[in-house]
Amino acid sequence: MRVAEAWRVALDALRANRLRSALTMLGVIIGVASVVLLVAIGTGTKQKVEQQVEGLGSNLLLVVPGRIEVGNAPVVSPLTLKDVDAVTRVVGDPDRVAVTVASGATARAGARSDFTTVQGVLETTPAVFTRSLARGRYLTGTDVDTSRRVAVLGDSVARALFPDRDPLGQQVALAGVRFRVIGVFAPLGQSLGVDRDDEVHVPVTAAQRLWGTQRVDGIAVKAPDRERIDELGERIVAELNRRHPDTEFSAVTQQQILGVLGDILGVLTGVLAAIAGISLLVGGVGVSNIMLVSVRERTREIGLRKAVGARPRDIGVQFLLEAVLLTTIGGLTGMALGVGTALLVDALSPIPAAITWWSLALAFGVSAVVGIVFGVVPAQRAGRLDPVVALRTE
Amino acid sequence: MTEPAVADSRGDRPAGERVPAIEAVDVSRTYQLDGVSVEALRGVSLTVQPGDYVALVGPSGSGKSTLMHLLGGLDRPTGGRLVIGGRDVNALAPPEMATLRNETIGFVFQAFHLLPRTSAVENVALPLVYRGVSARQRRERAAAMLGRVGLGHRLDHRPNQMSGGEQQRVAIARALVTEPTVLLADEPTGNLDSVTGAALLELLEQLNAESGVALVMVTHDQEVAARAHRRITMRDGVVVADSAASAHPPSAGTADLPAHDRPPSVDHGRPATLVSAPSAEPRSASGSGPGHPSGGSGGAAGATGRLPHDVERPGGTP
Repeated sequence: MRVAEAWRVALDALRANRLRSALTMLGVIIGVASVVLLVAIGTGTKQKVEQQVEGLGSNLLLVVPGRIEVGNAPVVSPLTLKDVDAVTRVVGDPDRVAVTVASGATARAGARSDFTTVQGVLETTPAVFTRSLARGRYLTGTDVDTSRRVAVLGDSVARALFPDRDPLGQQVALAGVRFRVIGVFAPLGQSLGVDRDDEVHVPVTAAQRLWGTQRVDGIAVKAPDRERIDELGERIVAELNRRHPDTEFSAVTQQQILGVLGDILGVLTGVLAAIAGISLLVGGVGVSNIMLVSVRERTREIGLRKAVGARPRDIGVQFLLEAVLLTTIGGLTGMALGVGTALLVDALSPIPAAITWWSLALAFGVSAVVGIVFGVVPAQRAGRLDPVVALRTE
Repeated sequence: MTEPAVADSRGDRPAGERVPAIEAVDVSRTYQLDGVSVEALRGVSLTVQPGDYVALVGPSGSGKSTLMHLLGGLDRPTGGRLVIGGRDVNALAPPEMATLRNETIGFVFQAFHLLPRTSAVENVALPLVYRGVSARQRRERAAAMLGRVGLGHRLDHRPNQMSGGEQQRVAIARALVTEPTVLLADEPTGNLDSVTGAALLELLEQLNAESGVALVMVTHDQEVAARAHRRITMRDGVVVADSAASAHPPSAGTADLPAHDRPPSVDHGRPATLVSAPSAEPRSASGSGPGHPSGGSGGAAGATGRLPHDVERPGGTP
């Protein structure tokens, strides 16, 4: 009964000072909205990156020279196609092994040119990485074995060089050497700001001849199953270490890449949320301030309520509820604003944003806690008011 | 919170067994203002019986308000013993004091102190909220009480839609909705014109007579004070006169009130002094002695600190 009265009174007090209540809530609204929005952007980015890494193909094992750690300089690869053969023997299935030797090069077709990444690859690439073609065909084993000068263009390269005609069968000059276009990839889009369609695939043998090298930058293996992927990686690394005792090799799985990326993005999201949290805190101080004003304004009312039998707790609860109502109504409004903005950002900008239920629950919970924390002092002050003094106040 | 038991000091007992509604014994109240002690009350002893009609008079700063706050349980004494509704306030924590006020005391203030933006019936029901009465019962009881003060037709009007007299009637209804033992009215007609004030006073007197609630009223108005059955005059923090008017029919003979007919001097071992005895010491104890002709319930109240020259109606006989 007393709590019902406290609710009624608290709501009435907020209604009686609509503008003031709204302005006080604004602090909380902005705080909660920014927490929700920034967490949504952080989460959305993380999800998108994860999708893209997983989109590379499942059970992927990337074998590269050197140690994969942040801050380590890339190592010049000692790997050759002989090493690839050795790895294939370890894996036991040539269809599961892909290689790359990549370099930047200018692609030219008639008067048009485009600086792109040329990748020397095996015919296994579409099976190991999940790639599909929009037109034409991919490289074949014969193309690789005979170093045939054929190329498969990424979507943006194809559009840059052949904006108004079919690229299939056309000639492109890569680093001055002519290749025949046999296929065009289906578009992949951007990943972390990198255009994944800005590449040209040619047979690895042709690429090596183009650059006058024997090396291979890295080997990718599609493991038969997830359970034995680490064990397979260790066997491959052991074989490569045996063949190149002076070089360290690493075999990393998608899960490891995801873990590293997830950690980085998680920290980023946390930092963003914390910064937004500060504005929520400032909003809480505003609530505290207004509650003190409210207590002072209603000193006579407090005195009267005490005179007719309100205990200190009854008065305290009334004012605490008022503070909590301010912050939770503000919190709910802020959540709606944050979700709305996040959806707009996701739809209208390249920044991905994803709403998670936990960020909403957290934002609401925090706003309620802010109300309690910043409402306690004014509520206590109200509860302890001397009724004689309170009644005398004009 | 459940409906509290009716205070055991209700006047529904046989007259001879009546328990005082309020009993103050040598009560003092000292304030600390900027490190200086100010004695607002300096040893006041008095008893309010159920059904009493008391006017509390005295110049500004005489301690009337302080005494009212103490009698109403809004404040507690710094010295002496104060028993309200059979409970010693010095033994009560603030929440218990609040409950005591809720159960025993009704307040009427000069400035009405109604909640704005709140209907008359809700204002009247407010004390019942803190008693844990259900919303429906609150409204029923508040409406009935508003009917008794003549505002049965204005239940849902707000204070700003009512005249001063009506507002004060709402306040009276609020004070009485809990069926208190004592109604404390602080200048209840102070903000009203004389006609409205007179009507309000009649209402208070009628309620006092009908329900047996003790009416203790602080007033500056000599006419108002003259209508009370008993008049307590204060000056400089002491009671200088406490008299019962003859108009008040004796509710019980003094002989039937052994608990109250003793002079206060016996109570706290002070040397008794006759009322007429001149004394320069303001604290010198005195009171209506045994067999005093005053009689009536007013005679049951002892008052110390009486100054002879301030006794306006010695013996309470006109």
